[in-house]
Amino acid sequence: MSSDTGPEGPATPALAVEELVAGYGGVIALDRVSISAGTAAITAVLGANGAGKTTLLRAVSGMIRPRRGRVRLDGTDLTGRNPEQMVRAGIAHVPEGQAVIPELTVEENLRIGMMSWPRGRSRADRSAALDEAFERFAPLAARRRKLAAALSGGERQMLVIARALLAQPRVLLLDEPSLGLAPRVMAQVMDLVVRLSREHGITIILVEQNARGALAIADHGVVLNLGRVVAAADAATLAADVALRHHYLGF
Amino acid sequence: MSMQTLPRRLGVAVVTAVIVWLLSVRLSTFRDFQIAEVAVEVTAVAGLTVLTGLSGQISLGNGAFMAIGGYTTALLMLHLNWPYIAALVASGVVTAVAGGIVGVAAARLRGPYLAGATLMLGVALPALAAAYQGFLGGDQGLNVVFTAPAFLGATFPLTRWQAWVSAAVALVTLVLLANLCYSRIGRNWRAVRDDEVAAALDGVNVAVTRVLAFVVSAICAGLAGSLLAIVTSLVAPGAFTVTLSIALLTAAVIGGLGSLPGALWGSLLIVIVPTYVTDVATSHGLSSSVGSNIPIVAYGAVLILVMLAFPQGIQGGLHRLLTLFTGPDPKSRRAHIPHVTPPADEPAASHHEKEGTQ
Amino acid sequence: MVEFLQFTLSGVSFGMIYAAVALSLVLIWRGTRLLNYAQGGMAMITTYVAIEVVYRTGSYWAGFVVALAAGAVLGALCQVTIIRPTMNKPPLNGVIVTIGLLTLLEGLAGVFFGGQFRSFPTAFSVRGLRIGGTPLGVSRYDIFVAASVLVATLALAVAFRYTSAGLRMRAAAFNATIARLSGIRVARVLTVGWALAGLLGALAGVLVSPSTFLYPNSMDTIFVFGFTAAVIGGLDSPVGAVTGGLLLGLALSYAGGYLPSGANLVPVVALGILVVVLMVRPDGLFSATKVRQV
Repeated sequence: MSSDTGPEGPATPALAVEELVAGYGGVIALDRVSISAGTAAITAVLGANGAGKTTLLRAVSGMIRPRRGRVRLDGTDLTGRNPEQMVRAGIAHVPEGQAVIPELTVEENLRIGMMSWPRGRSRADRSAALDEAFERFAPLAARRRKLAAALSGGERQMLVIARALLAQPRVLLLDEPSLGLAPRVMAQVMDLVVRLSREHGITIILVEQNARGALAIADHGVVLNLGRVVAAADAATLAADVALRHHYLGF
Repeated sequence: MSMQTLPRRLGVAVVTAVIVWLLSVRLSTFRDFQIAEVAVEVTAVAGLTVLTGLSGQISLGNGAFMAIGGYTTALLMLHLNWPYIAALVASGVVTAVAGGIVGVAAARLRGPYLAGATLMLGVALPALAAAYQGFLGGDQGLNVVFTAPAFLGATFPLTRWQAWVSAAVALVTLVLLANLCYSRIGRNWRAVRDDEVAAALDGVNVAVTRVLAFVVSAICAGLAGSLLAIVTSLVAPGAFTVTLSIALLTAAVIGGLGSLPGALWGSLLIVIVPTYVTDVATSHGLSSSVGSNIPIVAYGAVLILVMLAFPQGIQGGLHRLLTLFTGPDPKSRRAHIPHVTPPADEPAASHHEKEGTQ
Repeated sequence: MVEFLQFTLSGVSFGMIYAAVALSLVLIWRGTRLLNYAQGGMAMITTYVAIEVVYRTGSYWAGFVVALAAGAVLGALCQVTIIRPTMNKPPLNGVIVTIGLLTLLEGLAGVFFGGQFRSFPTAFSVRGLRIGGTPLGVSRYDIFVAASVLVATLALAVAFRYTSAGLRMRAAAFNATIARLSGIRVARVLTVGWALAGLLGALAGVLVSPSTFLYPNSMDTIFVFGFTAAVIGGLDSPVGAVTGGLLLGLALSYAGGYLPSGANLVPVVALGILVVVLMVRPDGLFSATKVRQV
């Protein structure tokens, strides 16, 4: 495991979610959830379907507006901003379901990732970043001019992560990146997640149904149930807690 | 106030009938004419609000069905001397058939494609009437002779009788529509509107359900057209333009889509507002070109403002006002079960968000 | 034979106008899933602005350019003020708001400009061209109409495909959620889309007004046929819009020319074409994506 942050986190965590309350219409889906994640830490957010995991990511990235609570990035209060502003501030969200835009080419999908860059950056910078992305993700380079619709599930997941990376975020919110993927591909995606935190220092919040796989790579874990945090500890502790695993995590 | 039981509906209808009777007796001839106008609109708008609101099919051409109903009535009364009631029923039957044909043709169409097809229908049908001078009267149209029955006396004002007849037809239509809406057919309409695939899996015949909605809305429009024939004593292409079709949809949406009381609010708005503003304009002695256009400006502004202020229409707005006083409706209180995806019928969900999952 | 040529060329000319209107509707539809029923009304207003400029400056081109600019401004203005609030509401609300806008604009035109028919100038001769002694049935002006719409369409196509602004617009249109999560200011993109649509509508307005004369309701029929063309082509397809426009223009020209009582039967013919196309392809000729219910 990389990163040394203990349960309370360092003085100013990279991402601090404080007592977040969010919901849809008359329903509260997230009830005073708090999370603290340090630089380059991988935090797994676990729990059954409907526990509020996706809602948590949406509330942090601004897709839905939190009703109460705070979201802080390196201490700066970003609560209530909309997604366009959040990604510019440094929080990128990869929603579930290999969300590429199938009608656009692979390269165009990647270019979209750079649209949160500030105006001043040059065209050369963008080309360089694009080239780097193709170097790191060879299968994408091979299909550069093909429509994203033609990619396999694993390749699409790679594309969405590459796109999010191009935004050069401080924090990356990943919603079930391994969902619907074959086990071998799943393992590759998990590897990729680890490299992102180690090599790029990106703080990762990883929502996963596959709790076992997530805890294997995470530093910390947070377990949600019915919108509330029922457990938060370092990953090893959670993985060792058999009763907890049985009750909430299904293994 | 739930309308779920037949006695309730009949009760409301009777009360409304009494109110209309009182108004028609006490108010002027011109107001009687307006009552008749509103009744005509309500009949047509009610059918449309059911078609678009409950069964989810947009129609910009129900004016065409009104034309069919109107011309049928005019021709039967003119050439075959049928009494009005027979002509009225016949108009309903003819427009039912027309509605069936259109419904079948449109069965596979959705959204703006359906809108486009029905819009063109609304434009083409009056043009057809204008093209055939002889039988259909061409641009001038056909005159309709309608008199009050003898037993009411020689001095009974025709406008009051027209108001009574129109209001009666409107009320009967509303009650029958309400019955339909609360029946299995109504539930099927809603099911198909919300999720066709799920409805089909449930055993609902989607095509029949959709066509039935078209037929019902066409009948309502046909009856309204028939009423218009006797209220204005004329059927001509100019009375059934696409502007009328659009006005019907406007009334349905502003009143509250899918709501029968909404049909009334919407109809009141589209009849009263233009007349009122014209009155104000002429009383200020504005020049004719300015004066005749101010009502149009005002009407457009009202449409925009009402839609922005009351996204659920007037009925929705009234409902919200009511719950402010009486507390939330027990039906609308949801169980406190958290779930990740927003409820399917949540109108406030961003429709861009929904796009994202396509 | 000469007649046929005349009807063909007139059909192409009007077809291009319908194509321009159809294209503006497709632009707005793709970006916002909204049908702008006020498109014709907006074009009418910008044409009135153009005519005032022409009267004051004596220059057709000044009026032309001002009309296009006014179209862009009007489009953006409408989107920001009255369309944006309807974005998260039931879809038919946007429809009614645009209908209200149409009524408002027609009323305002009546108030400020009066209801009389006004003639609109042309920059090129409308006299028929000839080769040798035979009339071609087309004038310099007709060629100008076709060329303008083609140039505008091509410029848009190029911009969409090859510029980063175009990519933003496409991304926002295909998937607004992903676009926003990537930092695209979708609200701004939508405004630009409406501005472009307004520009196209304004173009259609100045191009067709010499034939139809200018009065508050002059663009109503053009709008209906433009809408029909867009539906025939498939609302998601710019290619479809242009194709639909040309097809419709030609068919209606022949119908109006060859059928007895032709002028009145034109809408009936349009309905017939629409029904036939939609029976075979319920989402339009060039449709690829499934349409969400309105």
